Amino acid sequence: MEMTLAAPRVDYLNEKHTVASWLLTKDHKRIGIMYLVVVSLAFFVGGLFASLIRFELATPAGDLVTSDTYNKLFTMHGVAMVFFVLIPAVPAILGNFVLPLMLGAKDVAFPKINLLSWYVFVIGFLFTLYAMITGGVDTGWTFYTPYSSRASSTNVMMTGIGVFITGFSSILTGLNFMVTIHRMRAPGLTWFRLPLFVWAIYSTSLVQVLGTPVIAITVLALAVERGLGFGIFDPALGGDPVLFQHLFWFYSHPAVYIMILPPMGAISEVLACFSRKNIFGYSFVAFSSLAIAIFGFLVWAHHLFVAGISTYSALVFSFLTYAVAIPSAVKTFNWTATLYKGAIWLKAPMIWAICFLGLFLVGGLTGLFTAALGVDVHIHDTYFVVAHFHFIMVGGAIMGYFAGLHFWWPKMTGRMYSDAAAKVAAVIVFVGFNLTFGPQFILGYLGMPRRYHMYPEEFQVLNVLSSAGASILAVGYVLVAIYLIASLFNGEEAGDNPWHATGLEWTTQSPPLPHNFETQPVVTEGAYEYSKREIKVV
Amino acid sequence: MSDAAAITGDAHAHGHHPDLQHHFDTLEQQHEAATLGMWLFLVTEVLFFGGLFLAYMLYRVWYHEAWVAGSKELSIALGGFNTVVLIGSSLTMAMAVRSAQTGYRRATIGWLLGTMALGLTFLIVKVFEYKDKFDHHHVPGYDFHVDAAHAGIAGPMEIFFSLYFTMTGLHALHMIIGFGLMSVITWMAYKNRFSPQWYTPVEMSGLYWHFVDIVWIFLFPLLYLVDRTQ
Amino acid sequence: MSHIAPKSMYYTIFGILMVMTALTVFAAFQHLGVFNFPVAIGIAITKATLVVLFFMHAKYSSRLTKLFVGMSFFFLVIMFALTLTDYMSRGLKTYPGGAGGAGYGVRSAAPAHEAPASGAHKEGAAETAH
Repeated sequence: MEMTLAAPRVDYLNEKHTVASWLLTKDHKRIGIMYLVVVSLAFFVGGLFASLIRFELATPAGDLVTSDTYNKLFTMHGVAMVFFVLIPAVPAILGNFVLPLMLGAKDVAFPKINLLSWYVFVIGFLFTLYAMITGGVDTGWTFYTPYSSRASSTNVMMTGIGVFITGFSSILTGLNFMVTIHRMRAPGLTWFRLPLFVWAIYSTSLVQVLGTPVIAITVLALAVERGLGFGIFDPALGGDPVLFQHLFWFYSHPAVYIMILPPMGAISEVLACFSRKNIFGYSFVAFSSLAIAIFGFLVWAHHLFVAGISTYSALVFSFLTYAVAIPSAVKTFNWTATLYKGAIWLKAPMIWAICFLGLFLVGGLTGLFTAALGVDVHIHDTYFVVAHFHFIMVGGAIMGYFAGLHFWWPKMTGRMYSDAAAKVAAVIVFVGFNLTFGPQFILGYLGMPRRYHMYPEEFQVLNVLSSAGASILAVGYVLVAIYLIASLFNGEEAGDNPWHATGLEWTTQSPPLPHNFETQPVVTEGAYEYSKREIKVV
Repeated sequence: MSDAAAITGDAHAHGHHPDLQHHFDTLEQQHEAATLGMWLFLVTEVLFFGGLFLAYMLYRVWYHEAWVAGSKELSIALGGFNTVVLIGSSLTMAMAVRSAQTGYRRATIGWLLGTMALGLTFLIVKVFEYKDKFDHHHVPGYDFHVDAAHAGIAGPMEIFFSLYFTMTGLHALHMIIGFGLMSVITWMAYKNRFSPQWYTPVEMSGLYWHFVDIVWIFLFPLLYLVDRTQ
Repeated sequence: MSHIAPKSMYYTIFGILMVMTALTVFAAFQHLGVFNFPVAIGIAITKATLVVLFFMHAKYSSRLTKLFVGMSFFFLVIMFALTLTDYMSRGLKTYPGGAGGAGYGVRSAAPAHEAPASGAHKEGAAETAH
């Protein structure tokens, strides 16, 4: 990278160049970048498995891989994507980078713990990667007992250890962010002047702190059952495997909100900025994040509707699941209302954000189908469910992550990527995504179960469409990687505030100083006072 | 900490307490952050153990007979002794924090050593209890048998002992970690690192130790004292 | 920086905890029937509360700290209560005149012993020993 500026300003990137200065850094910005590297790697690994799955499903016969291999493919796709991409993507990358900047703080509350949590994450990832390379794991990412504890002969233990370790990273990050938000805000930065991204990160952290220990103990119980021969869920001794599912989903359903809440926060930032308006109903959007985090803990057993739980209990959980749709809908309505009569500025982050809105809407509404007790019996464990949660996790979380990444990229790197390329990529991803997962709704409704690598001939057309969509999707993602990396080398200087955005992170230079701000910022107004801005864009 | 202050190198770092980290404005703020962080960590610990307690409770209602029988195999004398020891160590820990607050270095060290001694006593007793389980073939997955009278409830009894070992084992692991923390803190106290203005590590270790105590306060009646009337 | 409590407070709390430990052992030997568990857990919760309030200084801590303590127990209760909605209502009739399944309640024996589990040293759990 040849930076031949006349007088290079000191920033967090050029302050020091040694490898050690990265690996031992306590700077939240560098740690964010380090997460970006590892998560991108995991995204590539998970994407590779996804491609193999779609290749296999292009024909009705099981001609590419064996049944056992296919079981491993979808398991490892799930494990890589859930634990090592979706959960850390926005909080650990973007959250780490912008949260202290947004608060006007020099760093997070516990910088050493922040670094520790990156190392813990990497160690967990290495364990999982090792498990994948040395034979893989075939239980499904849900590790249901007794198959995982008594029957499977694959690397369940090693993967479990990887997930267990990674959980600590998630806990430490969440804990760190919560304390940071409580104790490190700049003078004048009251709770209702906080950017909505901060509210979203706070809610996410709450879920991480409250939920992750439960998956830790669940995986640990699985490990003692598998490794030491203890019986905790073992039906042969009178144990209840459904209890494993309860405990597993007590974390893993809220984990969905760990994935989607931070992108929602990023979307709030982007929509306000590129509509040049205050967000519509600030406090409703803020509190809906908290509401989603709390309600998210009350709905887990909708994953167990056909697992043999009591019908009455299922009724309660079905009702509660509908309830969680309310705060999600509040957000969607408020975002739409923010666009209304805004001075819409169609830059790349805005395109990604608009794609998010459409896909999240479909994902959310199809969630209501699966929440309905009767309908769920029909569509449970079919491709309908697969399509639904991919609309939330890829269409929602990954789209929102990219919206945020494009929004803050100039701040993170000081460089601007090609706006045209980014718009093209967003459209390719949008089209590819819909083509991949749209047909899966129909497949699921027609009765194609998930997790099988062979299917009746009449499903082939829809499956081929889906596989074709997946290749388009892959092209879109590769394009993103290309122009973002290219921007590092030949991107234009971004300037301190290329989007003319509000928010403290835009008041410092790009890339920011090693300690963020020249002087301690003081906040005197709300987060989205775009109406008071002199600069009119468009 | 100190190198960070050196990097900052500005007037900001001067005239402040040496233990004030660069990204905090005041010692007060730093202390509040640490306290809050520790409590949040304990929140995660509550839910961590909570999962096992849930399993315990469900099976206890399902298999009451097995729970009564399993519980009878545990020694109230040893469990009770350990309860007294551990609550005692909580007292000494609280006194150690108080001594640090008031700046009595020697007393702090003394109370910390006392806490460690009691913790060690607990663990040694625990080792004897575990050995007893091995002798009586009550180790699930390794060597598990019950006598003829309990043949009908052998499975649930194995679940009881699985939970017994998992819960007490995790608790003991927490104590070992606590013991390690305590060693560091004692060393720091010996090196005179604490003052009434800054004794955060003592206080945080104290919170952790008390939490471990609380876990045992629940484990003792739940494992050792399931209906002893029969 | 923090509240300094008198030494006597710690000793008093310790004394109360000791008395309650004796009490919970005593209670286990009484014919309390279904109240055995609530009494034991009640005493334990009281002891834990004393430790949290006085040994851990929660009584003198910020409202936020108190909120977090409350929060951990609130979510613990959610976990227990919502899981119990399943276990407590399993096997209830779902329509008038319908059949009820095997409900949640005391189960005297394990449903199956036939499946030998993975432990190498296991020789059928129902076998008698020594």
